[in-house]
Amino acid sequence: MNNYIPVIGLEIHVELKTKSKMFCGCPADHFAKKPNSICCPVCLGLPGALPVPNKKAIEWTILLGKTLGCAINKVSKFDRKHYFYPDLPKGYQISQYDEPIATKGKLSLQIQSSKFKVQNDSSKLKNEEKTFRIHRVHLEEDTGKLIHKGNETLIDFNRSGVPLVEIVTEPDFDNADDVKRFLEELQVIVRYLGISDADMEKGSMRLEPNISVREIPNPKSQIPNISKLPITNYQLPKYKVEVKNINSFRFVKQAIEYEIERQTTLLEKGETPKQETRGFNSNKQITYSQRSKEEAHDYRYFPEPDIPPMIFNDDWLKQIEKQIPELPQAKLERFVKDYSLKFSDAFILTRDKKLSNYFEQVNSKFKIQNSKSKLKIKNYSQSIINLIINNKLSKTLTIGEFVNKVIELLAPKETDEKLLGATITRIIETNKKVVDDYKSGKQNAIMFLVGQVMREMKGKADAKIVINMLKSKIQSSNVRSSRFNRD
Amino acid sequence: MNLSNLTIKEATLGLKKKKFSSNQLVKACLDKIKKVEKKLNAFITINENGAIDQANNCDLYFKKFGEGIFEKKPLLGIPIAIKDLFSTKDLKTTAGSIIINKYIPPFDATVVKKLKNAGAIIVGKTNEDAWGHGSSGENSDHGPTRNPYNLERVPGGSSSGSGAAVASGECFMATGTDTGSSVRLPAAYCNLVGIKPTYGRVSRYGIIAMASSFDTVGHLTKTVYDNALTLEITAGKDSYDATTVPKDVPKYTHYLEKSIEGLKIGIPEEYFISGIDEKVENKILSAIKQLQKLGGKVNKISLPHTEYAMATYYILVPSEISSNLSKFDGIRYGDERELFGDEAKRRIMLGTYTLSSGYYDAYYLKAAKVRTLVKRDFEEAFKKVDVLIAPSSPTLPFKIGEKAADPLQMYLSDIFLCPVNLAGMPSLNVPMGFIDGLPVGMQIIGQQFSEKLLYQVAYKYEEATQYYKISPKI
Repeated sequence: MNNYIPVIGLEIHVELKTKSKMFCGCPADHFAKKPNSICCPVCLGLPGALPVPNKKAIEWTILLGKTLGCAINKVSKFDRKHYFYPDLPKGYQISQYDEPIATKGKLSLQIQSSKFKVQNDSSKLKNEEKTFRIHRVHLEEDTGKLIHKGNETLIDFNRSGVPLVEIVTEPDFDNADDVKRFLEELQVIVRYLGISDADMEKGSMRLEPNISVREIPNPKSQIPNISKLPITNYQLPKYKVEVKNINSFRFVKQAIEYEIERQTTLLEKGETPKQETRGFNSNKQITYSQRSKEEAHDYRYFPEPDIPPMIFNDDWLKQIEKQIPELPQAKLERFVKDYSLKFSDAFILTRDKKLSNYFEQVNSKFKIQNSKSKLKIKNYSQSIINLIINNKLSKTLTIGEFVNKVIELLAPKETDEKLLGATITRIIETNKKVVDDYKSGKQNAIMFLVGQVMREMKGKADAKIVINMLKSKIQSSNVRSSRFNRD
Repeated sequence: MNLSNLTIKEATLGLKKKKFSSNQLVKACLDKIKKVEKKLNAFITINENGAIDQANNCDLYFKKFGEGIFEKKPLLGIPIAIKDLFSTKDLKTTAGSIIINKYIPPFDATVVKKLKNAGAIIVGKTNEDAWGHGSSGENSDHGPTRNPYNLERVPGGSSSGSGAAVASGECFMATGTDTGSSVRLPAAYCNLVGIKPTYGRVSRYGIIAMASSFDTVGHLTKTVYDNALTLEITAGKDSYDATTVPKDVPKYTHYLEKSIEGLKIGIPEEYFISGIDEKVENKILSAIKQLQKLGGKVNKISLPHTEYAMATYYILVPSEISSNLSKFDGIRYGDERELFGDEAKRRIMLGTYTLSSGYYDAYYLKAAKVRTLVKRDFEEAFKKVDVLIAPSSPTLPFKIGEKAADPLQMYLSDIFLCPVNLAGMPSLNVPMGFIDGLPVGMQIIGQQFSEKLLYQVAYKYEEATQYYKISPKI
């Protein structure tokens, strides 16, 4: 039997959240707006209208390119990509063909086994690092949207002309889990840069995997690690299948897994899968044929004559490079190292840049207050992160308010022992069944009683003291009850 | 006094001196239109009521603000016409094609806006070869326009209606576009001054695109002064057109009187070899003598890649046309694609072919390289001379139908004009007299952004010859 190795490359579209659209002054934020309420002659493609490129969108594409380790082309240009479709009002899309803004980058990820799981054990940090190459990053315009209603199809041009970045990877993936992990990382990076919401459901991030399966004729030969091999060292399959209409990371995984199985089955039968574009049906979790190679477009690319070529000067490029923030992976490593946080918690925290910043601000303010106070609470960073992640405290609090709350929660409680004694006695008497359970050996039952006591005390008691007093009171009630029994 | 035969300069003076009102000027043009339109077919749409309303407004303005208003609005009260390729808000814009026969733009082209702001009054939209495809006006879906100097003959295209309308006195100025010849050829065939400005000098925003990297926006007038005055208004950087250049616009009219003593004139020898009408050649030679009398120093110059210019043009231009016309797919507005005229279909097919994968390198890319060589020819020439002089057309205005069956022959009438568009240089047609009662034109080509100099040369030549005074008898 042959071995089969999936070969997967990705095309990812990300809508930029610039103020205005790519080539006109209309607002770029089109989500949930009244249809055709934010368009003008330019994004409607009316006769005579001309595109004027959005500098911010170009800047952000360079920023993303640099962040992904790409080389930035000093000279770049726009091209026209022709095809007929009702949502494309000019009959061509302004895109980039042979001189994209950025090329040849990479993104390295810590991959945990084949399936990434958030582990509580920080020793799991040392995982395999995988590098996925970025083929190019380019800028284009989004199209309008078709809305099908019964027999009618309506067009909404609000989205037409919204800046869209396309990121194309090399075919460096060999499983759906890596793809998912890569996409999640890319999403977080894009959000860190503040250039897009990268929201799959709103369509501001869209994915198109290209999937094929490669046969290794000799099963005994070692399977090479594709991501580490130069592209010339092995041959890509003679076909590829592009899957469209995927709007969640879960679906991308399902689609890829379905395709790998479908294509492998064909290969095992000695057939070569057709080169085609397939859609994904999320209800049935299957892909279906949309367009075959024979129907493939000839896009007739040529340089966009309405926009002069762009020449980027070094000063500007350097300025943009300075805008690259600390990236999620670096932040994660720093959090684990500097704050001795659990890897899993630091991971969750660093997925969100705002939350990470909030944490750091709370932490540093707390540090100052803590050093001034007599209490000198230890290991507070982990406690703070617990409070943030478990939603124990509202994240809408100001830093100062949050810090005060944290101090309140972490400070050892001054316990009113007289009140506590009375409360415990009452709880023991009203929960005889639970007390008996505890006495008969159900150790966990004590926690229920602790909870009851804490509630009565409105949290104003130290948990350790509560447990100790509960235990001793139950002990003594034990003595009493045996005496009564004897009576 | 025949008001519609005045120049803009004369008309403005008359308005200032209250010899007549803008209302009278507009009515004179509208009367002329009524009188000659059946013969000429220069207009697709006539804006009669709108024009009269605007004229009355202009008269009120003048009454209220006095002569000073002409500083701000140099074309106040002047009736003009707009080629139907220019978007005009609330005024039907067809590009000469039945595909968008009912299209009413919701916005003005930048140039239209500027002209309106300058006080000009639009009397109508002029006929043209559909989409600007043609050199004779015969490719209009609204029927051909006729030459006011000889109704059997073409007025030159594609701004055919604009040429005929200005020459016959239906308006004082008309806009045009020049992608390969379309302002200069009708100017030459209608005894007018026509400017093809430097690419990037005038905004293309709102003008239905033909070939975007070639299209320039010019205009036709009776005199050099009127032409220079109009360019002062229309030229300049436009935030809606990324290809416009942020260069100051000189007051062209202020430099017209300057002497051209010592001007270095180049005569491109490649323009004097084959196919040129002998009478046209003689005419240009005497025009050159006239320029020498005015102080010009004449040198022969070579533009070695001239022979490839037409072939290059007819690969690159259709390529861009096929792209620009794709929006007219009949889905959102307009008629079905099958209603495109033969010439548009021909160009769409040619351009689609030359951009197709497998042919792109051999055609589009190669032609783009040759274009660079043609441009370099001009740049080299302008290291040696100030301007180049050539006939605008190798032939006289031809008879309607004469070349219609042979597109290649038709393309050749632009042989001296197209290379300039490949290079993006400015060029001006100025009348150089008549042969057998038919107008002929001289072309003055300069380096980029040298419009000021072109107007100076043309003004001196016009002063000496005054051919503009010969109006058509229609």
